Amino acid sequence: MTAVGQERAHSTADALRADDKKDAPANKDGGPVGAVASWVDERTGSAKGISYLMKKVFPDHWSFMLGEIAMYSLIILLISGTFLTFWFVPSMGETTYTGSYVPLKGVQMSEAFASTVHISMDVKGGLLIRQIHHWSALIFVVSIALHMFRVFFTGAFRKPREINWIIGLLLAMLAMVEGFIGYSLPDDLLSGTGIRAMQGFILSIPVIGTYVSYLLFGGGFPGQDIIPRFFTIHVLLLPAALIGLFTAHIILVMVHKHTQYPGPGRTNKNVVGFPMMPVYAAKAGGFFFVVFGVTALIAGLVSINPIWMYGPYEPTMITAGSQPDWYMGFADGALRLLPGFLEFNLFHRTWSFNIMIGAILMIPILWTVMGVYPFIEKWVTGDNEEHHLLDRPRNRPTRTGLGMAAITFYGILFAACGNDIIAIKFDLSIDDITETFRVALIVAPIVVFWVVKRLCLSLQRADRDLLLHGRETGRLMRTGKGRFFEVHQELDAYQRWRLVDFVSPEPMGLPPATDEHGVRRKGARKERLRARVSHYFFKDRIEPVTPLELAAAHHDGHATEAIESHPDEAESGHIHGGAEEIGASHAYGHPAPHDKQD
Amino acid sequence: MTDDTDASIPKEPAVSQDESGSAVATRDEQHAPAHFENPGLPPHVHRLGDTDPAAAKRSERQVAALFTISMVATVLFVIAYAMIGKDADVILPILGKVHALNVALGVTLALSLLGIGLGAIHWAKTLMPDEEVVEERHPMRSSDEARAGFVAVMSGGAEGSQINRRPLIKYTLGGALGIFAVPLGLQLIGGLGPIRGDVHDLKTTLWDTGVPVLNADGKPEMRDGKVVTRPRRLMRDPDGTAIRLSDVTLGSVFHVLPEGINDTPEPSNEKVKAAVILIAMQENLIKSARERDWGLNGVVAFSKICTHVGCSVGLYEQTTHHLLCPCHQSTFDVADDCKVIFGPAKRPLPQLQIEVDDDGYLYAPHGFEQPVGPSFWERG
Amino acid sequence: MSSLVARRRHPAAIAVVLLLGLILTGGLYAAFAPKNADAASGDTQAVAAGHNLFLANCATCHGLEAAGGDGGPSLVGVGAAAVDFQVGTGRMPLANPAVQARQGKVQFSSEEISQLAAYVASLGVGPGIPPSSLTSGGGDIAKGGELFRVNCAMCHNFAGSGGALTRGKFAPSLMDVSGRHMYEAMLTGPQSMPVFNNSNLSPQDKKDIISFLQNVKTEPSPGGWSLGNLGPVPEGLFAWTFGIGVLILIAIWLGKKAA
Repeated sequence: MTAVGQERAHSTADALRADDKKDAPANKDGGPVGAVASWVDERTGSAKGISYLMKKVFPDHWSFMLGEIAMYSLIILLISGTFLTFWFVPSMGETTYTGSYVPLKGVQMSEAFASTVHISMDVKGGLLIRQIHHWSALIFVVSIALHMFRVFFTGAFRKPREINWIIGLLLAMLAMVEGFIGYSLPDDLLSGTGIRAMQGFILSIPVIGTYVSYLLFGGGFPGQDIIPRFFTIHVLLLPAALIGLFTAHIILVMVHKHTQYPGPGRTNKNVVGFPMMPVYAAKAGGFFFVVFGVTALIAGLVSINPIWMYGPYEPTMITAGSQPDWYMGFADGALRLLPGFLEFNLFHRTWSFNIMIGAILMIPILWTVMGVYPFIEKWVTGDNEEHHLLDRPRNRPTRTGLGMAAITFYGILFAACGNDIIAIKFDLSIDDITETFRVALIVAPIVVFWVVKRLCLSLQRADRDLLLHGRETGRLMRTGKGRFFEVHQELDAYQRWRLVDFVSPEPMGLPPATDEHGVRRKGARKERLRARVSHYFFKDRIEPVTPLELAAAHHDGHATEAIESHPDEAESGHIHGGAEEIGASHAYGHPAPHDKQD
Repeated sequence: MTDDTDASIPKEPAVSQDESGSAVATRDEQHAPAHFENPGLPPHVHRLGDTDPAAAKRSERQVAALFTISMVATVLFVIAYAMIGKDADVILPILGKVHALNVALGVTLALSLLGIGLGAIHWAKTLMPDEEVVEERHPMRSSDEARAGFVAVMSGGAEGSQINRRPLIKYTLGGALGIFAVPLGLQLIGGLGPIRGDVHDLKTTLWDTGVPVLNADGKPEMRDGKVVTRPRRLMRDPDGTAIRLSDVTLGSVFHVLPEGINDTPEPSNEKVKAAVILIAMQENLIKSARERDWGLNGVVAFSKICTHVGCSVGLYEQTTHHLLCPCHQSTFDVADDCKVIFGPAKRPLPQLQIEVDDDGYLYAPHGFEQPVGPSFWERG
Repeated sequence: MSSLVARRRHPAAIAVVLLLGLILTGGLYAAFAPKNADAASGDTQAVAAGHNLFLANCATCHGLEAAGGDGGPSLVGVGAAAVDFQVGTGRMPLANPAVQARQGKVQFSSEEISQLAAYVASLGVGPGIPPSSLTSGGGDIAKGGELFRVNCAMCHNFAGSGGALTRGKFAPSLMDVSGRHMYEAMLTGPQSMPVFNNSNLSPQDKKDIISFLQNVKTEPSPGGWSLGNLGPVPEGLFAWTFGIGVLILIAIWLGKKAA
């Protein structure tokens, strides 16, 4: 058929189908993609919703990718974990190893351990998948932690995002539990020791401890049931909960729209960034491959959890350096620091607070504190507005100080978990390390709080200075009289806006305890408490620079500074345009101190 | 689109995000405003590729190169999978001697994925539109009409169901919903494990029981219809051979399990309670008379299960007679009843009395006097 | 940190450790039954040479007749194995007393070490130097691994990477220890280490353990870089540094405007 003939045949066919096409005019010039889209839309009506989603705007900032690392790690975990289930045998049944790894040949072990060695040694590429799964789990929880830090320090948990903060906390806790149960499954020496310790934790629970232990283990420790049960929890129950909560987390992000850092053009009523289609689809989609790729690279190059070296779990064996994976480290560290005298007998019952505090109570308490923090801060500020612009951490010195103190507390517990490794690597006494950490656990957070709060205030002052006096250019000018000036360049309006777009809340005034008739007011005590907390939060505060201050700095600032640095040269000339005068004797030293106005 | 929004921004007072909610940007007498105003989006700066077709072309080639690297790496993965044996090893810098297969598969997979990822991001950064877009936000709160509508629907529904007018239904429904999950919970909890208030198995170990005495035929000897038993000997872990007192020379440590432990229904459950460490030290260094009596010439046996959370305490320091638990560093002084001298444990490790039988082997005449291992509520 | 070190190195602590060491090791080695027939044999020339070396290098602490002195325990009956281990790994002669003598630069030639060993062996019966058939591998690796996990891993870690003991003492890494020195250490129980005599771990058991450790050292790591075989701590550290670090760097690049 000739080309002309073909075309004619087409047009004939088109003419015949002219009636049919009335239903679907949309796919006329959309090509095959348009046709599929049309087919789907006619059956779901999703065009509007999806185009809305595709237009959604995401602001660009590296710290916004931390949550995405967690999200992608979760996907990698689901993929690699599914692979592993094809070979893993969740059974405590005794077997004798007959695989290819010589150092375990003929050793008695559980089928769970044997199958994990099989995956690692005899399934081609199985070890890569195992290592991807395990590294991904570590990175998953690391990124969750960093994501939480980001959200906390920027105040992204404020209204309307309190629910999502709590969902995120639940996700973080589930991720930790999921991780603990996951690395327990291979039934190797290290993880078996971990389950043994966990049974010890459970036994420390008052009244119901032994019952819970019998139920969980189906009798005495270790029994035959724990690995199959952990397997079901690990591959079914917790992933379902994680995915459910994670979906809710993402939906709420969509509903709230993303937060953004303050900057020119960014307000509390808009979101500035790139649309999903095409930019963010490419960036975020590409970033999934990056996360997966980096995880695969690490899994290919760096060994993790070499269970064949640990050997199978035997209750009589143990290895030096028995530690959990990092995210459980803080709880284990707490157990290392808690002194034994916290256990005592009372009413013929044993109260093991030395175990309970670290292993049973700490996580719920810490999570509760984190969960209520947004509400405490809201109560202190009395602020009921929606917040979509993030705080720069320095602009909230008390919150930043509290956060860093909490991280210090956590970090010391975390480090305490590695006290034996620290001892051998840094040639120290394990007893001294433990004693030091015990003291530091109380002292260090207080010191850190104070230092960080001061640091934030200093940074704010530095911001003010920068704004009022401009950027030091390092360029020196010499006047005819031989005096030197360093030329300062004033910030432009866009740079300036980044430094002034924040609110510094004032401490709440103390309300009178009695009303105008001298009668005690209802709720006065509560308000007084609130005023006190508010005072504590906001007594040290620095206001953003106002246009008036800037103008004043331009007109009087130089003279003032010149007087302070060189009183006898007070009459020296001004160089406008942001230049600051410094005396000749200072020409080669550092310019005059800058924190005068505080 | 960007320009439109741009223009609208300065109209928003800069203090719209003032926490006090006051949207005032007052100007004072000296004509300086009280607050700076949001200057709006900065002017868009073009990228090299926006103005220079050569730069754009270069970016295109870079993106294509990254995608090509990905394809090549995928092919290499397949080749590596087919060609490299499971046991082939290779010596690499930093890594040392490693299996070649895992490294080859990992690196090729990583390149395959990173090629796609980095390519896509580079494409987005250099070629896709980079003018920022502004999306308006709206308060989360629904409008008053919508809220009123919601209340109307819900109260209408309650009204229609007549639930408020028929308390009988309301309370019986509440009761039914309140307890309907009980059967499911009961089944689960009832089936998971034994629910028992007595904690006999936490308080006893295999050392409390004996092993049958065998007669000449190798069968258990019976007396009055009962199996005659004798106390269990101390056996080496993992070999299961009996130990003579003379084997335990000064400074020695033997890891011990009770005789016949592998004949029990669940050996692991027994091992976790019955594991013992046998230590020979100078008798005159032992401070406690009880400890000396329960040992033999300075050879003493203690439970190896930590009284903290149950790890096996095996790190014996011959010079200091300290036993250290590697899990949480509880330290026990073997010379002094295994009392805790450091760390989170509270109770000493229970001692196992040992004696020598007629054949010269060590045995335990009776079990531990206290429960071994971690504390539990009913321990008292 | 300096206070930690200071306390650990407190003179009293050293005195206590040394005193205990003195009392224990003195009686300890004497209690051994001779395990190798050649223990006390040795030609008189070597003994004489060894005696001279001893007087020059060891007698200050161990006494002129090796019966123990202010700084060191009696060496009567400790046997050639103890000398070969202590001197052959550079732990002796001790440069300056610390909580624990460390592996160090070996200060004598192998001939001098054997002369010293011959001299000390001549003082009283004690364990001799093991034959190389027991110390150069070839045993049952799997059995050795099991024995290692029961008897050794709690201090030396699952892969022989070493571990911490109380008050600054430590179980050293076994990765650079020769089979002969491992054997001698098990037999003689140097410093904090307990004794594993031949009725506890038979010569064949010791051979299996040494074979297992030699295999750990030479076998390729299936998963890549072993991170020192120290368990989850370095793994967590790696995830927190390299793992998340690389991802954050890429995220920063992702968020930056192109040139």
